[in-house]
Amino acid sequence: MAERQESDFFPAQTTVTLPDVSKRAVITGVGVVAPNGKDTDSWWKATQKGKSGIDKISHFDPERYDTQVAGEVDGFNPDDHIEKRLQVQTDRWTHMALAAAQMAFDDASFVPAEHDPWTQTVITASSSGGNAFGQKEIQALWHKGPGFVGAYQSIAWFYAATTGQISIKHGMKGPCSVVVTEGTGGLEALQHSRRIMRRGIQFAVSGGLEAPIGPYALTCQMRNGYLSKEKDPADAYRPFDKRANGYVPGEGGAILFLETPEGASERGAPQVYAEIAGYGGTNDAYHHGKPAPDGKQYARAMKLALQDADVEAGDVDAVFADGLGVPEWDTIEAAAIKDVFGSDVPVTAPKSMLGRLYAGGASLDAATAVFAMRDGVIPPTINLDEPVDGADLSFVTGSSKKADLNTVLIAARGYGGFNSALVLRKPG
Amino acid sequence: MRRTVVTGVGVVAPGGVTRDQFWDRITSGKPATRKITFFDPSGFRSQIAAEADFDPVAAGLEQWEIERMDRYIQFAAAAAMEAVENSAIDLEALDNERMAVTLGSAVGGTMVLEDGYVAVSNRGKEWLVDPDYSPPFLYAGLVPSSLASEIALKFRAQGPAVVISTGCTSGIDGIGYGHHLIQDGEADVVIAGASESPISPISMACFDPIKATSSRNEDPEHASRPFDADRDGFVMGEGGAVLLLEEYETAQARGAHIYCEITGFGSRGNAYHMTGLRPDARAMTEAIRDAMEQGGTNPEDIDYVNAHGSGTKQNDRHETQAYKNTLGEHAYKVPISSIKSMIGHSLGGIGAIEMAACALAIDRGMVPPTANWETRDPECDLDYTPKKAKSKTIWTALSTGSGFGGFQSAMIFSLPEELREVSA
Repeated sequence: MAERQESDFFPAQTTVTLPDVSKRAVITGVGVVAPNGKDTDSWWKATQKGKSGIDKISHFDPERYDTQVAGEVDGFNPDDHIEKRLQVQTDRWTHMALAAAQMAFDDASFVPAEHDPWTQTVITASSSGGNAFGQKEIQALWHKGPGFVGAYQSIAWFYAATTGQISIKHGMKGPCSVVVTEGTGGLEALQHSRRIMRRGIQFAVSGGLEAPIGPYALTCQMRNGYLSKEKDPADAYRPFDKRANGYVPGEGGAILFLETPEGASERGAPQVYAEIAGYGGTNDAYHHGKPAPDGKQYARAMKLALQDADVEAGDVDAVFADGLGVPEWDTIEAAAIKDVFGSDVPVTAPKSMLGRLYAGGASLDAATAVFAMRDGVIPPTINLDEPVDGADLSFVTGSSKKADLNTVLIAARGYGGFNSALVLRKPG
Repeated sequence: MRRTVVTGVGVVAPGGVTRDQFWDRITSGKPATRKITFFDPSGFRSQIAAEADFDPVAAGLEQWEIERMDRYIQFAAAAAMEAVENSAIDLEALDNERMAVTLGSAVGGTMVLEDGYVAVSNRGKEWLVDPDYSPPFLYAGLVPSSLASEIALKFRAQGPAVVISTGCTSGIDGIGYGHHLIQDGEADVVIAGASESPISPISMACFDPIKATSSRNEDPEHASRPFDADRDGFVMGEGGAVLLLEEYETAQARGAHIYCEITGFGSRGNAYHMTGLRPDARAMTEAIRDAMEQGGTNPEDIDYVNAHGSGTKQNDRHETQAYKNTLGEHAYKVPISSIKSMIGHSLGGIGAIEMAACALAIDRGMVPPTANWETRDPECDLDYTPKKAKSKTIWTALSTGSGFGGFQSAMIFSLPEELREVSA
């Protein structure tokens, strides 16, 4: 090997990223930007109360679109979180992610600059990139000409923008990544962080956010055929309900801060919320846009996660479900959950308050599960009056339910046959 | 420790839309770069690209696949079919639930997105676009996860399916992701690689204002000049490559032809700038060191370096520095080349195409050249294998990638020692 020179930027020794599956990852910080709360505290208060963030679209005039309601984040002001210079280089999706990352650091009392930058990494999920920024620039191209596309289009729109900007802002130099698996992205990102932490990385910023509420992005989403056309915001998104008529899109998501249990204890982290105990990822490989009717691969993802966590289905205290709000999908999901857990485990879909946040959705469900375990409370599924056919599960509806939660499972699906499940376990 | 080997290779690239055509192209020293024909590039600063003369029907895709899949997904499907066939693996006998798909792409379905946008916006006139004009598969264009789901569907792969989108390192990172799944026991077989089709107005336009692409419009064939003193930026390319990855013991048990083993995969972020590179190349240096130390690779073990070599001023200097940092004196002796000189820079796709080149270089004992290298840059003073391919026994090859976001990746392919005697 060539001679090593140690400096501020060089580590004394290269981190050799070979896997050691005995290494564990725990969540010690959470940052949220959500339709029912622009920061972690307001979101968690609203979520426990079953307060919806779904309303008529205000980012643009939705009159000409079949879908007119969405889960928009009200009152999010990028000025509160990021300097102007960075704002103009980035999309709303990245603004919200930078804000959520800072909240997660604050929650974990973690200051990136105080630790070796080569042991820190950023692994986020994205599903649709910098939508509003991209539409503005492509409009400039087609309306005015190639010379009118701004210098920041190349770095603001692409799916890696958020991971890159967080890494740069906080000086995190480990093996960064970006995963794209539609609605399961948040869980896949957490699992990939766990894989990377098995390889010697000590701190990971993970999770994901999404900002898909713009005229062109909405037009694209309407093409998948699953969006709700209901105009009444209170009635538009009804996961697992008999009268469900599709999903509404939403924006926001969550960043989770992960570290090794040893590292957390060494630096005196204020809390260890949960361990990422198990994961399962599968694909239906059945149809380009529809779920497999047998739900076998979805159930298998849950079973793999339990196996990985070395727990039985009976050990799981609550299931956070995907809840697309399309009766065919909800029936399949209910059957898969019943297949794995039976009918007694409490099941909830907090997404009913938020809409579908794509890469942000499962990330936020993981954040919800973390706080649910901390406070011993299961947030409700709203708008669920009469369950869809075959869904004889123990849904938590109406209001939150007190429960002692030690082990929970989060399930997620994505358009294209993606299935994921993640098991979180309370420490010690 | 579970080990990962490459048992099948499939490629769709400019100037060669099959594995063998691709190999002939990159060992010929003849660039496939030309004036853009896909759209009228007048008014653009960079008007040149390496376009693939790809015929999806000839590649074996079904009509309904062609209608549904964006061009980059078609590349991946064709490359995956070729890789699977090349591996001679029996898909019927395989446990589908142990087969994963990990594919990289930097910009995903921009071609479908742009066509759709033009239609619904009345060519950019309307902000509140009209959904009545939207094409049927527009949602698959919005979410590049469709790359992984389409390939999983095509091969009935029911293990994890993931798209990795880390900009221009997506190709190496896509293969690295599959390697991790095999190492950690999450899969036994992985369809891994990357694909990109960025030769469209919006993708070309976004590199114009930052002058990242070459403006040598009058001489497209000589425009991609990695490491040459007169280089002026990268030339856009397109294409994809898929490698069939298998766990070593199961591949051996079925008597598979083993191209090479992945002995190292490292990646780092420079945490410095979205498009700028630190002159000291520290992040890439760490990525290469990590990859080398994982497999116990010493500098003198490396027989060939397949460079990112994009042909921008800063990249080629940066990379040269990283090789010196990691290989020491050996950096001056080992043959290095950039195949981007011939097939352009296909953003997220190229890293996988370059890993395919490394697998073939080991298999066929040949170093592809750097076309168009004529004049030495004092800061790029290594052996870049100018113009002509060289015959050489190659056991171990290193490839590097570098991209926006500050991401730096390195991967090492090596033929396991116990297989070298058989080959020799």
